[in-house]
Amino acid sequence: MKKLLLVIALLAASPLLFAIDTGKAFDDPVLQARYETIISEVRCLKCQNQTIKDSNAFLAGDLRREIRRMLAEGKTDDEIYDFLVVRYGEFALYRPRMSGKTLILWIAPGLFILLGGIVAIRVVRKRMSMPIDDDDEIEPNQAAS
Amino acid sequence: MMRYLAPLVVFAIMIPVFMVGLKRDPTMLPSPFLDKPAPEFELPKLKDLSQTVSNKDYAGQVALVNVWATWCVGCRQEHEFLIRLSQENPLPIYGLNWRDRREDGLAWLQQLGDPYVASGYDADGRAGIDWGVYGAPETFLISKDGRVLYKHLGPLNRVIWEREFVPKIAADHGATP
Repeated sequence: MKKLLLVIALLAASPLLFAIDTGKAFDDPVLQARYETIISEVRCLKCQNQTIKDSNAFLAGDLRREIRRMLAEGKTDDEIYDFLVVRYGEFALYRPRMSGKTLILWIAPGLFILLGGIVAIRVVRKRMSMPIDDDDEIEPNQAAS
Repeated sequence: MMRYLAPLVVFAIMIPVFMVGLKRDPTMLPSPFLDKPAPEFELPKLKDLSQTVSNKDYAGQVALVNVWATWCVGCRQEHEFLIRLSQENPLPIYGLNWRDRREDGLAWLQQLGDPYVASGYDADGRAGIDWGVYGAPETFLISKDGRVLYKHLGPLNRVIWEREFVPKIAADHGATP
């Protein structure tokens, strides 16, 4: 029983072992917080559905190292994001910044909600104006058609 | 009539959109440097760390910058073509030995031949980041005035060379190379 408990406890702890970016990069909690925010906003270009915080690709490691360096040098968040966008394009950011090229990404969701809403309202209005028919039974000749 | 036609029209619009989407490879990212000045670099030479190789070495020439590493399978695939290309010598080829062990890189060039005028040794990947490299092999075509004319991702071969590089080189020269 004790062994079983030990195994369960170890299994439960295992996600911690798989954490990629472990340990503190900075003693200063403010810098550390900024660091963690930035690395969870940046896409790992090699493994595109992961942030560089989650990825163990060496490119992600290199980018984390560069970000640590820039933070230590006193660069602002915007300067760091610029550094990445200049080299890798807007795609490197999970939240691409608003610009002519990325505008469609930002307005598309709103546009789709608007369009869907208009369609939904029209359908509902139409249904409301239809005569109410409480007869749920399907007439034999209808079912056959 | 309209209520039957509308979904059909929407569907007809969606088909080409998704067709294009299906055929695009999301791992092939366009370089933000296209038609812009290529990044600068200065690195120790792989073969002689006491010397450096930099973008100034090919200033004023159309040149190829090829990112390679010995752990990279695609680099192995394209190596033979690079050797041939260096023999035909239409332009100087510079290497960026990216995140590699130096002895491995040297052994590779020894065994397979060295198509490069020089290879910069980028052990920690810093130069690679400056070039927006995210996976080797990557090949940059640099114009005479130092702009990135084209970036190819993945192994290079004759077909891609003839189709993508040759016309761009010719255009930059203003004549056939």
